[in-house]
Amino acid sequence: MLNRKWYLLFAILAVMLSMSACSRRLRGGNTTTISRLDTIKSRGKLVCGVSGQLPGFSFVKANGEYAGLDVDVCRAIAAAIFDDPKKVEYRNLNAKERFTAVQTGEVDILSRNTTWTFSRDTSTGMEFAPVIFYDGQGIMVRKNSNIKNLEDLKGKSVCTQTGTTNEQNLADQMRQRGISYKPIVFEDVNTVFTTYEQGRCEAITSDRSQLVSRRTTLSKPNEHTVLDLLISKEPLAPAVKNGDTKWFDVVKWTINSLINAEELGVNSQNVNQLANSSNPEIKRLLGTEGDLGKAAGLSNDFVKRIIIHVGNYSEVYDRNLGKNSELKLERGKNKLWNQGGILFAPPFR
Amino acid sequence: MTHFWRNRKFLSIAAQLISVFTVAIVVFILWDNLTYNLELLGIGFGFDFLQSQASFDIGETLIPYKPTDSYYSALLVGLLNSLRVSIIGIILATIVGAVVGIARLSTNWLVRNLALVYVEVLRNTPLLLQLFFWYFAVFISLPKLENQISFFGLINLNNKGTQLPFGLEISSELSALILGLTLYAGAFIAEIIRGGIQSVARGQWEAARALGLKPGLIMRLVILPQALRVIIPPLTSQYLNIAKNSSLAIAVGYPDIYFVASTTFNQTGKAVEVMLLIMITYLTISLTISLTMNTLNRSFQLKER
Amino acid sequence: MNQNEIIKWLRKNLFDTWYNSILTIVCVFLLVWGAKSIFTWILFIAQWKVIAVNLQLFLVGRYPEQMYWRLWVSIFIILGLTSVTIGSLVKKIPNRWLPLAWAISFSVILWLIGGGLGLQAADSNLWNGLLLTLVMAVTSIVISFPLGVLLALGRQSKLFVVRNFCILYIEIVRGLPLIGILFIAQVMLPLVLPDDITLDRVLRGIAGLTLFSAAYLAENVRGGLQSIPRGQFEAGKAIGLNSIYIMLLIILPQALRAVIPALVGQFIGLFKDTSLLSIVGLLELTGISRSILAQPEFLNRYAEVYLFVGLLYWVFCYSMSLVSQRLEKV
Repeated sequence: MLNRKWYLLFAILAVMLSMSACSRRLRGGNTTTISRLDTIKSRGKLVCGVSGQLPGFSFVKANGEYAGLDVDVCRAIAAAIFDDPKKVEYRNLNAKERFTAVQTGEVDILSRNTTWTFSRDTSTGMEFAPVIFYDGQGIMVRKNSNIKNLEDLKGKSVCTQTGTTNEQNLADQMRQRGISYKPIVFEDVNTVFTTYEQGRCEAITSDRSQLVSRRTTLSKPNEHTVLDLLISKEPLAPAVKNGDTKWFDVVKWTINSLINAEELGVNSQNVNQLANSSNPEIKRLLGTEGDLGKAAGLSNDFVKRIIIHVGNYSEVYDRNLGKNSELKLERGKNKLWNQGGILFAPPFR
Repeated sequence: MTHFWRNRKFLSIAAQLISVFTVAIVVFILWDNLTYNLELLGIGFGFDFLQSQASFDIGETLIPYKPTDSYYSALLVGLLNSLRVSIIGIILATIVGAVVGIARLSTNWLVRNLALVYVEVLRNTPLLLQLFFWYFAVFISLPKLENQISFFGLINLNNKGTQLPFGLEISSELSALILGLTLYAGAFIAEIIRGGIQSVARGQWEAARALGLKPGLIMRLVILPQALRVIIPPLTSQYLNIAKNSSLAIAVGYPDIYFVASTTFNQTGKAVEVMLLIMITYLTISLTISLTMNTLNRSFQLKER
Repeated sequence: MNQNEIIKWLRKNLFDTWYNSILTIVCVFLLVWGAKSIFTWILFIAQWKVIAVNLQLFLVGRYPEQMYWRLWVSIFIILGLTSVTIGSLVKKIPNRWLPLAWAISFSVILWLIGGGLGLQAADSNLWNGLLLTLVMAVTSIVISFPLGVLLALGRQSKLFVVRNFCILYIEIVRGLPLIGILFIAQVMLPLVLPDDITLDRVLRGIAGLTLFSAAYLAENVRGGLQSIPRGQFEAGKAIGLNSIYIMLLIILPQALRAVIPALVGQFIGLFKDTSLLSIVGLLELTGISRSILAQPEFLNRYAEVYLFVGLLYWVFCYSMSLVSQRLEKV
């Protein structure tokens, strides 16, 4: 009788010990052999982390639909996987939670005007896909402030957003030139711009594309000007979680196909005819020849799907940032490598 | 023979063992998941990052600071800023609270009810909202330097900040933060002080007047010491709230310890270390305030024979 | 009231001593000047269009319009239950079914708002504004209540591990600012949970609020527990009840009744604290108002928006504090 109760107690304790199988390590690398690509396919939609507040890159139109360069990248991937660019769920992420959201798998891909840097590539557990927009950090001031270059900012206040590369780059440049200034820093990007507009700071610093884009949302856009100087390189690229090569390859080659399509002259208007073109490069791109798509886990004609639904890089750019948009940003460095820019994608072979 | 499930000693040991195991297993699972995830992401554990360069600038510093200084220096700057706000907030809020608390007891109907309106409005709206109001709707809506509002040339208000006599200049961010914290905590402190003074028995007033003491002396020698006995414990928790609420500085762009720690996390990705730093800092500040006030409390307590 | 009575009242309350008279005159001056400026501002300078245009966003955010009937049904249920509760409190007729009715209606309302199980689901990202504030405040209080009671009981326990764990938890959580706890919930929770469990942003916010509120509730309940004379416990033992029943049937009801004012104060605090969730990216009432202020047409309408939102918060909190004062008298 004395023994029975102790046995029961030990039995209960043993059962509890087995509950610690909830711990990931003891379950073994089970979860890592399933690629995110398969999870997305079975889920039926892509979860895309965006900003949602940056016209031209990712924002919500009046009818509730998302639009922008970053949004189109996600639509392209959804088109490649599901032949339907609408199978995307967008999550608005602020600058602080964007990396955590990728690390924990809350979003499949971070397409959120994020700058690719050494430290982000190595110490935040993410991989960066090819650059979709070569940008640089700039400064916006009021036209009547007579600030023409960094030296004119001596003693003035500059609004900036924390959690971005902008904060550090500005500090570096000002320190190098020995200019003393006062940084006014906020977490929320809207607060940064509204505080600048109120006149609390004489200048505001951010990626040039962001400055141009948000200038259109100020109450008197013509009173402000984006200076011609560049404080740093800001290559914007989408990012995925470390350790999943299959999914990473899909994202990489979706972006490469956008660029290659423009290079080969394939766009959403002529893609159907060009599928039967005599050019072997185009045939391989569109999947009429070869098995490149299948090797990546997609259908062979995945590029055709992308171009039909979303278009090639120039169509995407013109629609969101270029001549067909409100921003009318020059392509500049974002032209193809053989047209004076630095956009270059590896061949489809 | 009693069944084993009624045997008190067994039950007690069983309960302790089961609870120990539950806590240990839950902690083990969580810890394991955490380290597994951190490993997968390539983020190690360690405080060495504190020595590396911060490379971000801080707008307001009490000690000299350059972006080439370490994260450790940046955090120190943040800590000093937090302490500055907390201490000034505590002092000013006590003064405001005392004035309003006594006003609540005034024989003047108008004064009494104006104080009541102040207390009820400020206590029932969120502090964050009040801070936003003070910062955006008031301080940065002030006119520019050229058109600044000036009180006899001593106090100047413009959209960059407040200029006080003796060369003190407070930025808009700090002004909004101090004003918001002071007025909010002042409302609560007013009620505490009112409650304390009201808790002193009426007989004490009458006895003191019978002795011939003037009202000022009655307050100082008879009422206040007794009232303070009731006031100090809730006052302590209000002071703790001021210190904790100073963390809302992040909403108005004032670089306090929480803001700097948060920026450090954004740059380094070291979630656990930053979390530990924040916890240790605030727990130390809370402990210090509690200990100080408890010592003060003890000197006011009734000394039983 | 005839003229004499008015003059007598004025003399007694406003002008009884010389310094009171001066104070009165100064106050009247300030009041008139203040009232004039405020009313001029409200009627002529302020642009209230921002409120009128965005009223929907403030109150329910992007909740789908065709599902509004669900919100009306929920309001109807709440109003109905509240009037029955007030009636039973005032008439001192205890209604045994009331607590059960509240518990069931809580789940029903959550089901109505969120969908699932037969109703079309409304994604939690679409609940914004006042709707989200109310849902989060009520859910946190409901979940943190049993948690707080357990912590308070655990703090009294004779078991070394349990008691010290509870003390450690309570003291650490009470020493940290809420924003620190929300940061921990937002960043650490995804890292410590197993892969298959993903908490969305609203859940993480609720988790943070709940963990925070449970510690403060535990202290309030502990005060109540300590006020129960030991005799109650001994009388329970004398009848032959075991410890658990004594706690549930005798001690806890008395302890909780003693601290109802503190509990209501805690709820008011929690309601105000939901505003901090705007800093971690949730679009409750404070968050959605900042979002509205970022719209190009309404960029500088800070005073209008913050005063309107402040009024909404004030109405809820002041009503709750009135209820608490009324309960204290019961």
